[in-house]
Amino acid sequence: MIRINCPYCGERDHSEFSYGGDATINYPSLDASEKEWTEAIFFRKNIKGFQFETWHHSNGCRMWLVVERSTVTHEIKSVKPCHPDLQKVVENNK
Amino acid sequence: MTRRIDNYGKINRDKILSFRWDKKNYKGFEGDTLASALLANNIGIVGRSFKYHRPRGIFSSGVEESGALVTIGSKDRRDPNVRATTQELYNGLEASGQNAFPNVNFDLAGINNYLGRFFAAGFYYKTFMGIPPLEWGKGTAIWMFFEKFIRKAAGMGSASGLPDPDTYEHAHDFCDLIVVGSGPAGVAAAIEAAEKKLDVILVEQDSLIGGNQLAENDFDNSQIKNQLENLGIKIMTRTTAFGLYDNCVVGLLERVTDHISASNVNIPRQRFWTIRAKHIIVGAGAIERHIAFNNNDIPGVMTVNASKHYLNRYGVLTGKRIVIATNNDSVYETAHQLSEAGANVTVLDSRTNFEIETNKSFEIRKGYVPYNINGSKKIDSLDISKSETINKSETINCDQVLLSGGWSPAVHLLSHRGVKPKWDYNNACFLPSDTKENITMVGSSRGLWNKNDCIASGIAGTTDALNRLGISKTNYFFPKPGGWKNPIQPLYEVKYKKSRSKSFVDYQHDVTTDDVRLAHREGFISVEHLKRYTTLGMANDQGKMGNIIGLSLMAELLNKEIPEVGTTVFRPPYTPVSIGALSGRNVGKHFRPLRVTPMHQWNIDHGAKMIEVGLYQRPWYYPKENETLSDSYIREASTVRKTVGICDVTSLGKIAIQGPDSTEFLNRIYSNGFSKLQVGKARYGIMLRDDGIVMDDGTSWRLAENEYFMTTSTGEASKVMSWLEELLQTRWTDLNVNVTSVSEQWAGVSVAGPKSREVLNNCVDDSLVVTNNNLPFMGVTSTFLKGNIPCRIARISFSGELAFEVYVKSDFANTMMDLLWANAKKYDGCLYGLEALGALRVEKGHVTAAELDGRVTIDDAGLSKMASTKKSYIGSAMRKRGVLKNNDREILVGFFPTNLKETFNAGTIVCEKNNIKGQGIGRITSVTYSPELGHWIGLGFVKGGLDKWKDTNLVGADPVRNKQMNLKVVSPHMIDPKGERMYA
Ligand SMILES: [Zn+2]
Repeated sequence: MIRINCPYCGERDHSEFSYGGDATINYPSLDASEKEWTEAIFFRKNIKGFQFETWHHSNGCRMWLVVERSTVTHEIKSVKPCHPDLQKVVENNK
Repeated sequence: MTRRIDNYGKINRDKILSFRWDKKNYKGFEGDTLASALLANNIGIVGRSFKYHRPRGIFSSGVEESGALVTIGSKDRRDPNVRATTQELYNGLEASGQNAFPNVNFDLAGINNYLGRFFAAGFYYKTFMGIPPLEWGKGTAIWMFFEKFIRKAAGMGSASGLPDPDTYEHAHDFCDLIVVGSGPAGVAAAIEAAEKKLDVILVEQDSLIGGNQLAENDFDNSQIKNQLENLGIKIMTRTTAFGLYDNCVVGLLERVTDHISASNVNIPRQRFWTIRAKHIIVGAGAIERHIAFNNNDIPGVMTVNASKHYLNRYGVLTGKRIVIATNNDSVYETAHQLSEAGANVTVLDSRTNFEIETNKSFEIRKGYVPYNINGSKKIDSLDISKSETINKSETINCDQVLLSGGWSPAVHLLSHRGVKPKWDYNNACFLPSDTKENITMVGSSRGLWNKNDCIASGIAGTTDALNRLGISKTNYFFPKPGGWKNPIQPLYEVKYKKSRSKSFVDYQHDVTTDDVRLAHREGFISVEHLKRYTTLGMANDQGKMGNIIGLSLMAELLNKEIPEVGTTVFRPPYTPVSIGALSGRNVGKHFRPLRVTPMHQWNIDHGAKMIEVGLYQRPWYYPKENETLSDSYIREASTVRKTVGICDVTSLGKIAIQGPDSTEFLNRIYSNGFSKLQVGKARYGIMLRDDGIVMDDGTSWRLAENEYFMTTSTGEASKVMSWLEELLQTRWTDLNVNVTSVSEQWAGVSVAGPKSREVLNNCVDDSLVVTNNNLPFMGVTSTFLKGNIPCRIARISFSGELAFEVYVKSDFANTMMDLLWANAKKYDGCLYGLEALGALRVEKGHVTAAELDGRVTIDDAGLSKMASTKKSYIGSAMRKRGVLKNNDREILVGFFPTNLKETFNAGTIVCEKNNIKGQGIGRITSVTYSPELGHWIGLGFVKGGLDKWKDTNLVGADPVRNKQMNLKVVSPHMIDPKGERMYA
């Protein structure tokens, strides 16, 4: 029963969102090696505690968000847009 | 002997209700539960036990009931395993006993009582391992054989098996504070909070507010109710808070019509509430425990508090000659009231040193315990003993035995949040622990036994809530647990060693003290193992009465203290929730959203039979008179190849891609090159996932320098859209591209067949736009249909014929269909559906979701030439990794039956001739009758592909449908492999 405070829409039920994945992955360039891609795609940390993850407000504003969530309590510490330019806009409008 | 007595109870004696129990008519009063009405009619046996089919009576007056489980209603409204103690009586209520044949008074399966050793702890598991002592029939076969008998013998009520005629609904609410339980603590908390201006919801599972005060002779809740209402508190009665979830979410079940006779179709039977509060206060009360001793389940055994409820709330005196067995002070007021009401009462108190004030209207035997009940269908007498050593001392003639082995705070809701309760030695019970979450336990659910302490704890609880919400900073304290004058003396089991008889821990699952000992002997000593092995606490009462007794027995066996043995975790729901309430209105056609195309009605009006594809309703086939599905699709597909056909393709995903970096974007996401696509041209493209597997295929049309129109498959439309958004917002944030879903905005149709150009020619304003020169293969144009309707046309073919896709704004869908259809008819054209579309594409070897199932690479699909070698794109690094480049991968091929008269099905496993087993060497994914070739054909995969198996006879094994046929592997491009027709 997670509630996510979308920077564009306000606090909404998690059923409006779709889970993406690990938000800390730096995807390699398209011409990077198979090894680099394997690292980026298949290897994940199994974090106990707060982690950054992407969520898509798929039944809302369609924005991809970085959510800082505790895997233990589901507590959410922060929510911001994935796109760095939009992060700045949201930050400036606060 | 149980009977109604005058001058007692809060029932409305002016309102007589008739009801039926086991096919006989009885009467009760408004305000009765089924249990109180049965007791008023002196009905002692209301069920048969789970395994041993022992006669069972009513043990309690509430949700913890583990004996009086009955079936309410009949036919499609038959509701099994209802607790008679919480079922309100209504006029015409129909109820029957369960787990007995022919009835609860005379049950043939009562013989199970004497076959106890076969039904002892772990009997499911042991049956699975073979029947002792010889372990004959070891293995699953014997289990399968016995299972149906065991399930029938050891069962509860049965469901109707019919569709549920009632409706259910989901509802949501929000508040500052939700208070669970309307006893003194809950009410005090709610009032305090409302006075401090909080928005409060008070929840009560009973029909009346008051909690255990409803068992008080002089309690009247009307004043409290007025006060709560005047403070603006929302009171929800007949509503159970069955679970606590993350972020202060409470799941509740409101029973809207279960207490009334007429089923009104306009209101739901039950309502499933999700309430989000800022703070939760739980005042869920405590539950009185029984005591384990020989035959402690004979009808007439009850908790002491239940008897008080029946007397003071329902005006029912539950016995004439009553023995109360206790280890604590809580029973004495009840003893006094029962004797005042006319019963002859004796109290056996296991304690020797204690002081209690009484008026001597009943006898107190200090230092005595019960050890055996005599009688089978009713209590004849009780054997009692001194509590130090259990030896026969005396037999008391009686018709009722009331038990109080102490009280267990209802910590269930807190346990749902993963908070483990802690054992309190002084009060012999588990008490709630503190939690960081905004949940506060008050009243007797935190181990407070007297009313003033409960009220004080309610106010303290609200202060705690206000502090945590940052509204106040006030000091508060909770009263200390307990509150009885004399300490409780732990008493869970009275063991009489000289005679063996069943001594029950968990009434509902027939778990005896011997079962617990057996589990211990066999090594199941962890609480979680004990629970599963014996099924202790796993019935629908979830061990509300018996769990602690089971724990204490295990502690004794292990020579440990109860908290060292542990406690089982309670999980939602607190009391059973019907599946109907969970599904709410999401049933039948409302199970998932329905999507229709803008020409949906037009299709139906023109004879379409529809089929579901994902959420979409799509035309399946358009039968003429008497045509079957196969008659129809074969005719439709032939017509397309011969003249022309029209097919609604609106369900394809459609995405507008705009911005200066659009071309670069497409070039990265598609495996094939897009950098050189000219304006006015479309291209077929394949998208891979990061891991190199095919994600989807579709087309993109270059409408202008920086504008594309993308189509995706129907099934992957929303996934592709999310994927494109993800890439642009998370990975390629420097690209200047905008993606917009326009799936709903455009209606699309495919016009296919040798006459398609002629048909379009007649439909467009300017007939020159569709000539071969102006609109070559894969050409795109934005133009107008007759009537000045703007449209986009691309010369794209899925069928392999000369074909066009035409898109108009959704509002013009019907006009477009009318126009195209009127002209197609002139060429003896047809409307065709998904089945014919499938036949046409299988003939051409075009893949769809059946082939691109998330395991297939671009090479597997035979589309290697679609993988650019001149650029990098999503999946380009990974598509060549390890297993994806093995040479024995399954490659797309076509299949013909060797005997062309034979048929086959999708799902058939392809095997080598003398090696028909396992997963074979391939599989058939799509099949159709080919009108063009005149026999059945299939698409699918085989290890090594066409080159390896071209001239080999293979076998199609279809064990599920009991079929087998010889196959040969052919090129997937089964007709017109050079595509001459498309380019015509
Ligand atoms: Zn949003």
